[in-house]
Amino acid sequence: MTDLQTFRQETRDWLEENCPPTMRFPVTDSGDACWGGRNWTFKSEEQKQWMERMGAKGWTAPDWPAEFGGGGLNKAETKILKEEMAGINARSPLDSFGIWMIGPALLKFGSEELKQQHLPPIIRGEIRWCQGYSEPGAGSDLAGLQAKGEDRGDHFIANGQKVWTSYADKCDWMFCLLRTDFEAKKQMGISLVLFDMATPGVTPKPIKLISGNSPFCETFLDDVRVEKNQVVGDLNKGWTIAKYLLTHEREMIGGFGLTDAGSETLGQIASKTVGVEQGRMNNPLLRADVLKWEIDGAAFALTAERVTDEVKSGHGVGATSAMLKYYGTELNKRRFELMMKIDGSDAMVWDGANANGGWTPRTWLRTKGNSIEGGTSEVQLNIIAKNILGLG
Amino acid sequence: MAMVINEEQQMLKESAQGFLAEFAPIGELRKQRDAASEAGYADNLWRQMTDMGWAAILVPEAYGGLEFGYVGMGQIVEQTGRTLTASPLFSTAILGVTAINQAGSEDQKTELLAAIAGGELTMALAVDEKIHHAPTQISMTASAQGAGYVLNGSKRFVADGSSAEKLIVVARTGGEVGDMQGISLFIVDRAAAGVEVERTEMVDTRNYANINFNHVEVAETALLGEEGKGFPALSATLDAGNAFLAAEMLGIAQQTFDVTLQYLKERKQFGVLIGSFQALQHRAAHWWSEIELCKSVVLKALQALDAGDAKSPVSVSIAKAKLCEVAELATNEAIQMHGGIGMTDEYDVGFYIKRARPAAMQFGDYSYHGDRFALLSGY
Repeated sequence: MTDLQTFRQETRDWLEENCPPTMRFPVTDSGDACWGGRNWTFKSEEQKQWMERMGAKGWTAPDWPAEFGGGGLNKAETKILKEEMAGINARSPLDSFGIWMIGPALLKFGSEELKQQHLPPIIRGEIRWCQGYSEPGAGSDLAGLQAKGEDRGDHFIANGQKVWTSYADKCDWMFCLLRTDFEAKKQMGISLVLFDMATPGVTPKPIKLISGNSPFCETFLDDVRVEKNQVVGDLNKGWTIAKYLLTHEREMIGGFGLTDAGSETLGQIASKTVGVEQGRMNNPLLRADVLKWEIDGAAFALTAERVTDEVKSGHGVGATSAMLKYYGTELNKRRFELMMKIDGSDAMVWDGANANGGWTPRTWLRTKGNSIEGGTSEVQLNIIAKNILGLG
Repeated sequence: MAMVINEEQQMLKESAQGFLAEFAPIGELRKQRDAASEAGYADNLWRQMTDMGWAAILVPEAYGGLEFGYVGMGQIVEQTGRTLTASPLFSTAILGVTAINQAGSEDQKTELLAAIAGGELTMALAVDEKIHHAPTQISMTASAQGAGYVLNGSKRFVADGSSAEKLIVVARTGGEVGDMQGISLFIVDRAAAGVEVERTEMVDTRNYANINFNHVEVAETALLGEEGKGFPALSATLDAGNAFLAAEMLGIAQQTFDVTLQYLKERKQFGVLIGSFQALQHRAAHWWSEIELCKSVVLKALQALDAGDAKSPVSVSIAKAKLCEVAELATNEAIQMHGGIGMTDEYDVGFYIKRARPAAMQFGDYSYHGDRFALLSGY
């Protein structure tokens, strides 16, 4: 056996032994996922076991260096792990902005000290992170942010207001953009800093959305002490890191346009609802909309695959995340407009035991935010026009 | 399979790009049009193409071909979409080769594939009888007579129908109109007695024909494949055809985009470049995004054909449907963003819209392939 074959066998055996049976089903809704952190209440003992076992092995972040507690796997091994997990339907042991966002930024820009301090607890699911980017006056124009960090020798004092901080009320630490040079041009005076949400002066307040849920908060910063050693990268050079993180975020949100393998297709869902006669769905206009969506959905999934393969083979342009974000989120919105039509009057039911407790209308409403968060569709089109097409 | 082309395919793409830019730029199409050329293409250009082996790309090595595959051929065809190059490549080296390869006897393959690969034979595929593509709606009949058959019926929208030396004709030897069963393929000389070819003047100036078959007698050896069981081979041939029509439209979508983008960076109004207007920037960015999706579906369809994937009909219909949609968007946007100059015959951009529509219509447009995709998906 080659090394990779051995690795595959060992991985399969380990997963067989360590992945609890109830963790071998896809997550049914966002409340079923595991986010970890100090305040986390596990939904079951098995959810806890699964996160802790994977965390201890570093497989919550399989391709991060082992010295920080990561899995230390190379690309081929990471792929095998994913395949083996998919093979038994194993769900993600940990959903985490630490793993998806601030972790990669620390690996790329952070000091040795910050990596040692923050990466291991992220991997083990002990610390949950939120992102402090947008402000009431700085949405699409993010670089116009006004929350400030004033230099007080060995620390900064932060004041201002952040908005759209995901789950800030449930998180332990924030990575946050502050203006630290008040004279410089707007992109030049920004720093990325880290602080504990338990620091005095930090007040998160949930925002109720049109979907009825509150995945975001506004977060008030009143004389919050931020240690100087918690600046990621160079002081006043945070905008570069912020852009890097936004690229990550765009790719993540763009992935919303993808349908999970194994789950029902829109065509199947619609067919069940309106019926099929002589091979064709009964409602011809709905059928036309559904097939158009499915063709675009397939084309988008193939494009995500192609972009990944091109990057691997060294031919990637690396600037396609704006396109994926734009197209994927618009596609997801279209998908849920169709879901509303497919579910008919059931889709109008907001709450209750029937009609899946209002899942369809709530999710539909939530998708409206997909083309706003992480940069609006219009901002993505600006990025494509300027950075890729060279239109001034 | 990774969604990338390999080095050899990349080299073929670049060499096709270089060759077509030098010998078959869009000005050549204009010349053919202005000269009202009967064939719609230049014979010497086709000779150059066959000398380079382009007609042999899909032919198996065993029959004197290069066996370079659909993805390889797709690179060339995409480039011919950029230059709108007219040639027998599609009808002969793609449709002819695929049909013979699918259904032909050993003797037919040995004779015909070698002749095509060597540039000595051109062919055309005669399928449709109505104004919309419908490969099972075959009324044309082939009745057994003595040791052979007699063909009666008419075909329309036959690409290269007035220039090809041999025609692959879809006729019914059994079953009812609408049945897959009972469809047979025949190879008929265009010059045979009773074959009446009317070259039609088309929007893209290419050579298409309406063809009547009046009591055309053919030998038993004219049958391509088994009697009454020709539909699977026809279907595979049409899939190949549609994948390459999609590749050609990808070339059209990209070229019109490139030319228009350049124009946005040169044309000034109100004292500034029109490319500085956000109204146009966003439309250009959307158009570019759609092209990115198109690259993926075309590559996937070609890869599926090379792999003999059972799902290739799905991949092909996705590609054709998507490219019909985006080629329409691209050619319309190209004219609108060019403004008045885009409406002039002198400017090239009009040639692209005039080729994009026949390419979409041939062998099924968006509505045909959208419907087929849904049927194949179970709804």
